[in-house]
Amino acid sequence: MTDKGYLPQDKWEPFIESLSNDFRVYAPCEEDGVITFQVLEKGKKVDLSRPSTSAPKGVMFPQSERLFSFDFKKAPESPDKMAVELDASTNMPETVIIGARPCDAKGFLTYDRVYLEVDPYYRERREKTTVVGFCCNGPFAGCFCTSAGGGLAEKEGSDLFVTEVDNGYFLEAITEKGKKLLGRPMVEDGASHADAASKKQEQASKALQKVIPGDPEPRISREAFESDAFWDEVSAKCLSCGVCTYLCPTCYCFNITDEARLEGGERVRSWDACMFHHFTLEASGHNPRGRKAMRLKQRVGHKFLYYVDKYGTIACSGCGRCIRHCPVSVEISGIVARLTEGAQEDQKAAEARS
Amino acid sequence: MNAQELRKAAKEVLPSVDVVIGQRAGFDPLHAEPCFATKPEDVDDFIASPLCVHNLASYLPSLKGKKVAVVVKGCDSRTVVQFLEEGLIKRENVTVIGVPCSGIISVKKVLERVSHEPIQSISFDNETVTVKTNKREEKIPLLEVAPGKCTTCQYPNPLIFDVLVGQKLEPRGSAEAVYDDIREFETKSLEERKEYWEKTLGRCIRCYACRNACPLCVCQESCIAETRDPHWMSQKDDPKEKMTFHMIHAIHLAGRCTECGECERVCPMDIPLGQLKKKINMGMKELYDYVPGINPEEKPPMYVFKVEEDKIEEHELS
Repeated sequence: MTDKGYLPQDKWEPFIESLSNDFRVYAPCEEDGVITFQVLEKGKKVDLSRPSTSAPKGVMFPQSERLFSFDFKKAPESPDKMAVELDASTNMPETVIIGARPCDAKGFLTYDRVYLEVDPYYRERREKTTVVGFCCNGPFAGCFCTSAGGGLAEKEGSDLFVTEVDNGYFLEAITEKGKKLLGRPMVEDGASHADAASKKQEQASKALQKVIPGDPEPRISREAFESDAFWDEVSAKCLSCGVCTYLCPTCYCFNITDEARLEGGERVRSWDACMFHHFTLEASGHNPRGRKAMRLKQRVGHKFLYYVDKYGTIACSGCGRCIRHCPVSVEISGIVARLTEGAQEDQKAAEARS
Repeated sequence: MNAQELRKAAKEVLPSVDVVIGQRAGFDPLHAEPCFATKPEDVDDFIASPLCVHNLASYLPSLKGKKVAVVVKGCDSRTVVQFLEEGLIKRENVTVIGVPCSGIISVKKVLERVSHEPIQSISFDNETVTVKTNKREEKIPLLEVAPGKCTTCQYPNPLIFDVLVGQKLEPRGSAEAVYDDIREFETKSLEERKEYWEKTLGRCIRCYACRNACPLCVCQESCIAETRDPHWMSQKDDPKEKMTFHMIHAIHLAGRCTECGECERVCPMDIPLGQLKKKINMGMKELYDYVPGINPEEKPPMYVFKVEEDKIEEHELS
């Protein structure tokens, strides 16, 4: 089986449609001016012209997910007793994500390190999902993937990587899952388009300058990070809403609630956001992160310090959604740039000079 | 709007307050961002242009105990008035720097107009917007890319201020026209309207940006959307829950919403949430002849009790 394929322009849509016969296909689709990843159905068109508003994270890590259901049943022989029936069965379909940008695809790796080993729900979805990434046509406002160890043509996290070239699409298998898609009808041999594709990828990877020092990833200075005054300053305008976390391809915090009726209910896992007041509210009423400055510090710290301590890499792919869609333009790339070790040394040198 | 005059006014006010809230350039040419100025050099960053989309008055209740000066447009000033009506701020702690406004941009509309091409620069001249992208330059009348509230703006001049920067302006269109969009929507059948809202609110991701940006959402941490005890709403991602949240949000604002449009502006999913609030305000005007955020001496109808309302007929007891 080859690892390079090609789809002429006019075969692109029929190819994606044909995937729907065997997979649940998610792709960025536009509705009322908003692009989100949706299940591809008749009448919906894939829109790769600009980044989707939300990341495809919901495909692998749903906004709310039934962990199990429970039903209370009275035992007929002794009506004073209640039996509880649990149902934790899962039935996740084979899935393909079309049109994940490199930042989106890389985002899934952030979850893998946390969930793959320990979380059966995530693992089942992950194993049944093929990620079709594509060479980004950006950069767009707020993008900073090249400062987060990524790039517009990075293939990490994709199973199959698509590059628009020669009036068609060059398909590159990155994993075995990706290879399987190359064996499907309509896919032609891609070897003759490989050069053009690699030129295109090279161009794309040069399209965005780094905005945060650090190679390949920024490293935050602990000392600067601990300054309360800094966090008060950068969080003053923050609204403590969940736009940044919910649109983010790497935020993975959740909450668990029992959504119960009288006779039963479900245990539900749903997205949570460290920017919400309730996130760390304790049963006693005490809240260790009662102020928004502490919450913004947590969000940045989790991505650029704590996650690095645990897994050796940052938990941010530089997609820029949190900047682009923030109601008050909180700019995480600017915050991190000010906190990096290089920036701190520059500042100290400047202070010493003055 | 003139940035030089605004900076001068803000610098004069600064020594008598803890902070002056204005706007400065944001991360790209299309965005401004709130700026909390505590030093004269911070004020030098202040801008005054149709990019100044935020309702900065929203920050006032959270800065209780501080002396705060805030830059407001006409629409934002209604928020200040409403805060005073509801006793949410103390007049003596707030200095209002009023700026008459001839309209702001809607970031979403500008981006749509240039097919979302990355924007290199944007400039304003006599209510014309010049947008340069990497592919083209386009001149657009401001009101074509302004939020709906600007096209029928009845309050271009701040209704309350301590300092006024700039010349007063005329309202746009008739007061009646403000609710034309709602009346038009109401010509649709109940089924059509239900279908529209189910589909549109179905996009909601429950990020609560609309709630947190809303200056009049006062429940804060006790919002029914998240409380566990009592557990009013489930955390499930289904349209019913989303609808419930947005309806409660809208009804809590009955006779309180000043139509600043922040809920709609901040929504990442582009849900026209302002429409729900306008619909309710329209009813409040008909029933109580009350418009929120106009007169600091008034009390909102839901804050007071009249044994016999002027326009509401009592039920006949048989």
